[in-house]
Amino acid sequence: MSKLMKLNLKVWRQKNAESAGNFEEYKVDASPDMSFLEMFDVLNEQLIETGKEPVAFDHDCREGICGMCSMVIDGRPHGPKQGVTTCQLHMRSFNDGDTITVEPWRANGFPVIKDLTVNRSAFDRIIAAGGFISTNAGNAVDANAVLIPKEVADEAFEAATCIGCGACVSACKNASAMLFVGAKVTQLSKLPQGKPERESRVVAMVNQMDAEGFGACTNTGACAAECPKQIPLSVIANLNREYIGAKMNGK
Amino acid sequence: MTLESKIPAGDIATKWTKYKSTVPLVNPANKRQLEIIVVGTGLAGASAAATLAEMGYKVKAFCFQDSPRRAHSIAAQGGINAAKNYQNDGDSVYRLFYDTIKGGDYRSREANVHRLAECSTSIIDQCVAQGVPFAREYGGTLSNRSFGGTQVQRTFYAAGQTGQQLLLGAYSGLERQVGLGNVKMYARHEMIEVVKIDGKARGIIARNLVTGAMERHFGHAVLLCTGGYGNVFYLSTNAMGSNVTAAWKAHKSGAYFGNPCFTQIHPTCIPVSGHYQSKLTLMSESLRNDGRIWVPKKLNDERHPNDIPEDERDYYLERRYPAFGNLVPRDIASRAAKERCDAGYGVGQSKMAVYLDFKYNMMQKYGRTEASKLNIANPDDETLIRLGKEVIKEKYGNLFDMYKQITDEDPYEVPMRIYPAVHYTMGGLWVDYDLMTNVPGLYALGEANFSDHGANRLGASALMQGLADGYFVIPITIGNYLSKEIHTKPISTDHEAFVAAEKAANDRIQQLMGIQGTRSVESYHRKLGLIIWNKCGMARNEKGLKEAIAEIQALRADFYKNVRIPGSVNEFNPELDKAGRVADFLELGELMCVDALNRNESCGGHFREEYQTEEGEALRDDENYMYVAAWEHKGNTWELHKEELNYENIKIQQRSYK
Repeated sequence: MSKLMKLNLKVWRQKNAESAGNFEEYKVDASPDMSFLEMFDVLNEQLIETGKEPVAFDHDCREGICGMCSMVIDGRPHGPKQGVTTCQLHMRSFNDGDTITVEPWRANGFPVIKDLTVNRSAFDRIIAAGGFISTNAGNAVDANAVLIPKEVADEAFEAATCIGCGACVSACKNASAMLFVGAKVTQLSKLPQGKPERESRVVAMVNQMDAEGFGACTNTGACAAECPKQIPLSVIANLNREYIGAKMNGK
Repeated sequence: MTLESKIPAGDIATKWTKYKSTVPLVNPANKRQLEIIVVGTGLAGASAAATLAEMGYKVKAFCFQDSPRRAHSIAAQGGINAAKNYQNDGDSVYRLFYDTIKGGDYRSREANVHRLAECSTSIIDQCVAQGVPFAREYGGTLSNRSFGGTQVQRTFYAAGQTGQQLLLGAYSGLERQVGLGNVKMYARHEMIEVVKIDGKARGIIARNLVTGAMERHFGHAVLLCTGGYGNVFYLSTNAMGSNVTAAWKAHKSGAYFGNPCFTQIHPTCIPVSGHYQSKLTLMSESLRNDGRIWVPKKLNDERHPNDIPEDERDYYLERRYPAFGNLVPRDIASRAAKERCDAGYGVGQSKMAVYLDFKYNMMQKYGRTEASKLNIANPDDETLIRLGKEVIKEKYGNLFDMYKQITDEDPYEVPMRIYPAVHYTMGGLWVDYDLMTNVPGLYALGEANFSDHGANRLGASALMQGLADGYFVIPITIGNYLSKEIHTKPISTDHEAFVAAEKAANDRIQQLMGIQGTRSVESYHRKLGLIIWNKCGMARNEKGLKEAIAEIQALRADFYKNVRIPGSVNEFNPELDKAGRVADFLELGELMCVDALNRNESCGGHFREEYQTEEGEALRDDENYMYVAAWEHKGNTWELHKEELNYENIKIQQRSYK
C-alpha cells in the first residue's frame, strides 16, 4: 500500500443554476493509486459522515470513454496530464501537500446545474441539427460493397473518437465548440456514405452551434491541447473548408 | 400464469423469414397515432427508438445520463460478431448459431439465437451505412479478428472502442429523429414505476433528476432497454450509474425475471488495487488474440516476469484446452485463473492476478511479418520488438494506454496483470419470441432481457444482440401487439393508475429521505457487493448461498434503519438517485442467490462447487435443469415458473474446448 498524500482542495460549490457560487476548502488524504474521482468519493464520504452535502459531479464509465466527467483542475479541463479524462487521472500526478482547485466547465453554452455539474445538452442539439447520415434501418447495401481506403477509414476514425465531453469549449477563451463540430463534420465528410449530405450538414451544424451561444474560433489551439482524445486542430481547418465550400455552392 | 414463448412453428432456418412475412402490420397512418416509450439509450434503446421513429411511430426516449450518447454500451471495446464469412474461413449463420448455443452451455433458446445469427449480417451493413468507421484492410475491405469460443474470424471492430463507434452511430440516428420531431428525448430522467391499466403496460412514472419532479408519461407500449445488473456486485466493469431499477420495478409490477444467477465474470480485467476502488476496468477479450496467459510454474515465484524463463512458465489455458488455447470462452478462462490463484500461483502484490503477455506475438507473429515486408533477413530481437510494437499499437493502442494510466506499468515492456471481474449479466427480464415480457405491452431488449446467451455469453455478442433487437427484431415483432391497439386512444395521465403509481413512487422516496441515519448509501452498496462476490460469484455452494440470503436480508433491514441521504427531494441529488438504485440491488441480490440455490447443477458462468467433473469442469444436469427459471415476485418471496428448453437442431453434449 502506497503512502497517503495530504491534499488541500478548493472546490466550486453552487447550489443550483440561479444561485451564486463560491469556493469551499477541504482536506483529503489520498492514495497515489486512486483516480481523481475516487479521491472525490473519499471527500464525499467524509462530507456525508459529518452531515454535510456532498459535492455533485458528473461521472459514469470511469474508463475515459463516456465523456461524462468534466472538472477543471487547476485551471485545466481534465487536469494537468495530456490525453486523459478526469476519471483516468491518477493522484500520482500530484504531490503530497498540493493545493488543488476544482471548478466546473465554464461556458455560456454549458450552464451549471449544481457544483461541478453542467448542462451539455447543446451538444445533442448540434448533432440533431445535422451530425448524422440520413439512412433508415433496412436499406443498407452489403458492408463491403463500397471499398474505403484504409487511410480514409483511419482519418474518419480519428475524428470519430471524440467523446463529446466539452473540454474543448471549456479550454477556449471564446468558449468555441469548433473542435467538437469539426470532429463530427470531418468524420462524416471523409466517408463516402457521408458525402451526399456534406454541404447541408455542415451549414446546419454551424448554425445550431452559433444559436447555442458558443463563441467564434480565433485559432489559439487550446481546444486540441486539452482534448482528452487528442482530436487534432486540423478538424477545424476541415470544418472551415467544408463550410466555405457549402456556402460557395449557395447552401 | 403459464409461460408462452410463442416461438413460431417450422424449420429453424426459415422460421424468422416466414414470421416476418406473416406478422400483422400497422399501416403508416395508424403508426402516427401510436406512442412508444423507450427507456435506456444504449445500443438496444437508441437503435430501437431511432428505427421505430423512422417507421412513423411517436417515440419518447429516456436516459438517466446527461445525454443518450453516454449509455454504457459506449465502453464496449473489442468488437461485434457477424456471420459475414468475409474471411472465407467456413463461417455461416448456422456456425454462429451453434457457437452461441454451445457457448451459452445449452441454456438459451434455439429460435432466438438463430434469429440473432441471421440478423447479424445486416447490422454490419447498417452501421457502415451510418458512417461507423470500422477497421479496414489496405484494399478497403473490412477487417476481422477472433473472439473466444469460436474458431473463425467474424469479429468486426474499431480499434479497442467498437462500442463507442456503434453507439455513436445509433445515437446519431436517434438525434436525427429528435431533430425531425419524431422522438422526444428525456435525458437525466429515471424510470421508477411501470403504469399498468387492465393488465397492460400503458406508461411510466419518471423522475426528472435535475428538479426531482415526478412525471407521468403515457405509451401504447413500453420498451425497457436498460442494460444489465452487474453493479449489484459493487465492483464491476459497468458504469457507476448502471442499475437494475427500471427492470426491477417492472419485475415488481408482474414481469418475470429470468435466470438471475447467470452472471458473467470476464477473465481479463485490471486487478483491484485498494479498498477505495470504485470500479474495475476491462482489458478487451480481443487481447487474447495476441496475448498469452500464464503464471509461474513455481509456487511463490517472486522473480520479475521478464526474468522467468520460457520453460518455467505455465501457459495453463494452452495446456488445458489445446484446441481453443487462449481463446476459450470467458467462464472457462475466468475459472481457470481463479483455480491457479487459489492454488497459490497468482502474481503481483495481492497474488490475485495472472499474466497476459504479448511479447511472443509481438516478436514472432508481427515482428517477423513486418521484417519480411521490409526485406530484413535474420532480424535481431530488438528489430522484431520495434516492428511488432507498431502493429500491436495500432490494434490495441488505446487499451495499452489505459492500462498504463491505471497501473503505472508499461504493457509493451512487461506483461499485463489481470484478474476476472464482473462484466455482464445473461439473466434479465423473461421475454417471449417477440421480446415481450409476460406483461402485455411491456418489452425488454438487449442486456435487460434474458434470452440469447444462456448461461454464458460469448465475446462480441452483446453488441450484436443489442443492435439486432433494436434495428431488426422489435420493429417487426411490435406489430404483433400494436396492430391490435390501433383503436386505443391515448389515455390521460390523470387516470387513477397513473395517480396511484406516482404516489407509490413518491412514498418510497419519502421513506428513504425520512430514515436520516448515519451511514452512506455507498457503504451499503460495498457490503452488498462483497456478499454477492464471495458467495454468488465465480463459485457458489449451498451453504454459502444460504448464508448470503440471510446476510442480504439483514443488510437490507439495516439500510432502511440507518442510511443517510443528504440534501432534499426537489433538487439535483445524486445521493438520492443512488439510494433508490441500491435499495433495488438489495432485493435483486437475494433473488440471485435464490436462483443459484435452486439450480443444482453447474452450467456456464453458474458454477456450483458441488457439481463438477473430475477435471473441474462445469457438470450440467440436463435431465432436471434444462429450463429457464422465470421468477414471479410475490411480496416477500418468489414463485418459480419453468420454460423448458428444447433442442431440435443442435445435439446437446458436454461442452468441450479441449
